[in-house]
Amino acid sequence: MDFASQFVQQLINGISLGSIYALIALGYTMIYGIIKLINFAHGDIYMVGAYIGFFAITMIHVSIVPALLISMVVTGLLGMLVERLAYKPLRQAPRISVLITAIGVSFFLEYTSMYFVSPTPRTFPAVFDNVSLHFGSFMVNGQQLLIFGITFILMVVLTYIVQKTKIGKAMRAVSFDVETAQLMGIDADRVISITFGIGSALAAAAGVLVGVYYNSIDPLMGIMPGLKAFVAAVLGGIGILPGAMAGGLILGVIEALVSGFISSTFRDAAAFAILILVLLFKPSGLLGKNTREKV
Amino acid sequence: MDVAKRNLLCTDKFSKGELVMRFGKRSLRVAGMLLGAAMLSSVFTGCGDDQAKDSKEIRVGANFEMSGNVANYGNATFEGLQLAIDEVNEAGGINGKTIKLIKADSKSEASESANAATKLISDDKVKVLVGPATTGSVLAEVQIATDNKVPIIAPCATSPKVTVDNGKVQPYVFRSCFIDPLQGDVMATFATKTLKAKTAVIYIDSSSDYSKSLGQVFKEKFEAAGGKVLMEEAFLQKDQDFKATLTKIKTANADVIFIPAYYEEVGKIVKQARELGITVPLLGTDGWDDTKVVDIAGAAPLNNTFFSSHYSDQDKDVQGFIEAFKKKYNHAPNVFAALGYDAGKMLIDAIKRAGSDDPEKICKALAETKDLQVGTGKITMDKDHNPIKSAVILEMKDGVKVLKEKITPQA
Repeated sequence: MDFASQFVQQLINGISLGSIYALIALGYTMIYGIIKLINFAHGDIYMVGAYIGFFAITMIHVSIVPALLISMVVTGLLGMLVERLAYKPLRQAPRISVLITAIGVSFFLEYTSMYFVSPTPRTFPAVFDNVSLHFGSFMVNGQQLLIFGITFILMVVLTYIVQKTKIGKAMRAVSFDVETAQLMGIDADRVISITFGIGSALAAAAGVLVGVYYNSIDPLMGIMPGLKAFVAAVLGGIGILPGAMAGGLILGVIEALVSGFISSTFRDAAAFAILILVLLFKPSGLLGKNTREKV
Repeated sequence: MDVAKRNLLCTDKFSKGELVMRFGKRSLRVAGMLLGAAMLSSVFTGCGDDQAKDSKEIRVGANFEMSGNVANYGNATFEGLQLAIDEVNEAGGINGKTIKLIKADSKSEASESANAATKLISDDKVKVLVGPATTGSVLAEVQIATDNKVPIIAPCATSPKVTVDNGKVQPYVFRSCFIDPLQGDVMATFATKTLKAKTAVIYIDSSSDYSKSLGQVFKEKFEAAGGKVLMEEAFLQKDQDFKATLTKIKTANADVIFIPAYYEEVGKIVKQARELGITVPLLGTDGWDDTKVVDIAGAAPLNNTFFSSHYSDQDKDVQGFIEAFKKKYNHAPNVFAALGYDAGKMLIDAIKRAGSDDPEKICKALAETKDLQVGTGKITMDKDHNPIKSAVILEMKDGVKVLKEKITPQA
C-alpha cells in the first residue's frame, strides 16, 4: 500500500470514528448552549441508547432502522426525565452543584445498568450483510457507509429543526438569554426539556451505530467516548452546533492519522494536546467568536 | 489472570473524580459486619472442635471469588479443586485422615480476600490456603499467610509477582500454573518453528502489565531465533476502534501478528483486522481463551489464529479428568476448573509426602514437588515456586478450539 492510499484509508477510518464523536458532541454542545451545563452523564446516555437498540434487535427482532428510531425515542424520553428529576430542581443553584449532580447521574446510570444487564459485554447480532467496497487499494465497508449516511441525515434534520422551526427559534432565544426569552412568552422549561430530548436521541443514535460497527457494548462504554466528545465540542467551540460537528470529525481524523503515521501510543496524547493548544490560542474554540464580557 | 483488567476498570472511574470516601465507608461497614460475624462464630464454635477433629481431618481453606466481577473464575476453580479433594477422600483419605475444605468468599475484591484469609486462618484454623483465582486477590493475602506461616497454593494467578517479590522468593506462596513469560516464549517458538515466520508485528495493550511483559518476552525470543520484529504498536483497555493502527500494521506485511491481550479487545481487533484485509496468522495467549472472542469477532475471521493456553479438552491426557468432572457436575470443565483440579492434586501429593498436617512440613513438601502427574500433565516445582508445566497451542477453526501442539518445557 503506497502512502496516498494509506492516507485515504486512514481518512475513512477517521471520519467514521469522528462521526460518532460528532453525534455525541452535538448533545453536549446543545445542552451547554442552553443552560451552560457540562452534562457529564451524556456519555452514559449514549450507552443506554446502545442497550435499548440491542434489546430492540434481539427481543422484538426489528431491523436496524426501526431499532435506531426506537432507541432514539426511548433514550430521548430518558434524557428529558433525567433533566426533570436531576437538573430542573437545581435551576437556581450555583453551577458547580449542577455539575456535581451530573457526575452523580453518570455513576447512577453506569451502575444501575451494570446491575440490570451485568458487566459482561454483549455482542450485537449481525443486522445486515457486511459488504466491503474496494476502491483500488483502500476499502469502505457497509457499516462505515451506514455511519456516514445516518450521521449526515441526522445533522441535516437537526440543522433544519434549529434554524427553521418555531421550537428551534425558541431554543436559540433561550440560549441567548433565558429571562428575556421568558418575558417574550417562551416556556423556557419546556424548551430546555426538548433540548435534552433531542441531544439524548442523537447520543442514542451514536450508541446503536457503535454497537453495530464494533459489535460489542458494555455498561462502562460511555466513559471514554463521552470525554472525547466533550473535547470535540470544546475544540469546535462549545455551544455552537457546526462547531461540534467539525470538532468531532477533526478529532476522529487526527486520531486516525496520528496512530497511522506516528504511533498508536501517542493517539490520545495528541488529541488532548490539540485541545490544550486550541484553548491557549483560541479559547472559544475553532468556530467560536471572541466575546468580551461587559462590565 | 484478569486482574489488571479489573483494576483498570476502577482507575477509569477514579480518573473521573470518584469520591474515595464513599468506597471507604462501604468497605468499613462490610469489614465491621464481617468482624461481628467472626466474633459471633467464635463464640459458638470457639472451643472443643480443635483436638477432637484434628486427628481425623485436615482443614484446608478455599478462598475464592464466589461472587463479584470474576465469580466465573472463582467458582470454576473451586469446582475443580473440590473434585480432586472428593476423589482422595472417597479413596480413604491420606493416612486415614480426610481433607475438609472450608469455603470463604473473596467477593472478587482484594480487601475482601484479605478478610477471608484472616477468617480462615484464625477462626477455622486451616493448615493450607488454596486460591483465590486472580493475581490481585492472591497478593492481598500473602502477608497474612506469611505472618501465620500458612502455605498458599495459587491455582491460576499467572503474574510472576505472586511468588517472587523484588527478586526474593515468597517462602509460603506456591502456584500450580505456569507464569506469563512462558507463554511469550512458547508463542515465539511456535511462530518461528511451526509457522516458519521471519517477521512479526507486536500489538499490545499498554494499560496491562500482562500484555506488556508478554510482548517483551516474545520479542526477545523471536529475535533470538533469528526473526525480526518490524513494528511495535499499542492500544488501551476499552478502546473500540483499532482500524487506524491496523491499517498501519498492514503496511508492514509481517508474517505473523502477536496480540497478547484479553478477549474483549482481541475480539474487536480480529474482526477489524480481517475487515481491512489482513489475512496473516494472528497469535495470542491465554487471555484469548474465552467464548466471547467468537461472539465478538465471528467464527470466520478467527480462522488462522493461534493462542497458548493451559489445557485443551482434546488432549488425551486429560480425558480422565473431564469424564470425572462431567459425572460430578453435569457440565464440561473449563480451563479454570482444570487448574483448580491441578492445585488439588498438588496439595494432596504434598500432604502425603509431608506425612503430617503441619503447615511447615507441607510447605517444604510443596517446594519439593517433582514429576507429579496432575490433570493437565506433569509438574515439577522450580526454585521460584513456579511449576515447570506443559502449555498447549490452540487453533481456531470455524469458531471451535482445536489442539494444535502441546509443548513441554525442559526443566
